[in-house]
Amino acid sequence: MSQFILHKENTRGHANHGWLNAHHSFSFANYYNPERMHFGVLRVLNDDLIDGGMGFGSHPHDNMEIITIPLAGAIAHKDSMGNSAVIKSGEIQVMSAGTGVSHSEFNALADEQLNLLQIWLFPNKKNVTPRYDQQALNVEAMHNNFQQILSPSADDAGVWIQQDAWFSLGKFDAGFETEYKIKKAGNGVYAFVISGEVTIDGQTLSKRDGLGIWDTDSISFKANTADAEVLLMDIPMELN
Amino acid sequence: MQITILYIGRDPEITIVMNRLLNARPEWKGICVCTDEEAMSILKAQHVDLVLLGNGINPNCEKALRENVNVLKPKIKIIQHYGGGSGLLYGEIMTALG
Repeated sequence: MSQFILHKENTRGHANHGWLNAHHSFSFANYYNPERMHFGVLRVLNDDLIDGGMGFGSHPHDNMEIITIPLAGAIAHKDSMGNSAVIKSGEIQVMSAGTGVSHSEFNALADEQLNLLQIWLFPNKKNVTPRYDQQALNVEAMHNNFQQILSPSADDAGVWIQQDAWFSLGKFDAGFETEYKIKKAGNGVYAFVISGEVTIDGQTLSKRDGLGIWDTDSISFKANTADAEVLLMDIPMELN
Repeated sequence: MQITILYIGRDPEITIVMNRLLNARPEWKGICVCTDEEAMSILKAQHVDLVLLGNGINPNCEKALRENVNVLKPKIKIIQHYGGGSGLLYGEIMTALG
């Protein structure tokens, strides 16, 4: 029998720093909710709005898989591995922090707001060599399809990370129905609604709602509105 | 009541950041070191409430550290700190201290 946990949009942590308007699906920074520490290896799901030209100065990370998906605008990224890049909406960036890496992230545009999802997963192996990658997403393939954008394998579709996780992104027409099969036994799925309204395993979800499901091998999905866009994170439920 | 937190990590730059973050809150006193020898010396010399294990500590060193701390001060909690500036720190410490 599958189990689930529902995180409605308005129950997320919220911090408005003026230049940064952040919503946290899980405990982060000064938002602490012992009931919202993680879902399996998913530790952070931040939905950040960043003013033009503003951002996060150089700061360190270690032993974390950090995935950034710009929803609108572009991010200017620089890190201690020598990478300097701009990641635009329609692309994905991944960083395995491993033994330690420092990076800065700024809104690359002066006069346009940046909206990004930043996702942190616990790795399945500590102290790996830090690694960076970014890729353009196949946006056309996401129409009425959960297109894989991340996996544990360099040979599979999308970027790869140091964890037995698969991310898929889809944009759906109203009324479209499908089933998503979980990639690895024991994994759960955390579904995050980027826009629109959908029904997943009988739960109706609106924009920015999150639903975690586990103890199952598949989930049912239906788009209720024409602008439905959903990120599925298929992740281990046990911390390594 | 102020709690004393000992951070052990191998990256000097991250250790500096951790020192700043831990000591930014009046309820915490942070001591941050890069070597296990420094850590054990501090544990022998003063009261510590919580040990955070940071980046770059290999499995053998971590095992030895945990064993040595447990022998010296069995009541001290030892937790893994996953770096990322201040993002996870508060939650990790609050969870560890119950």
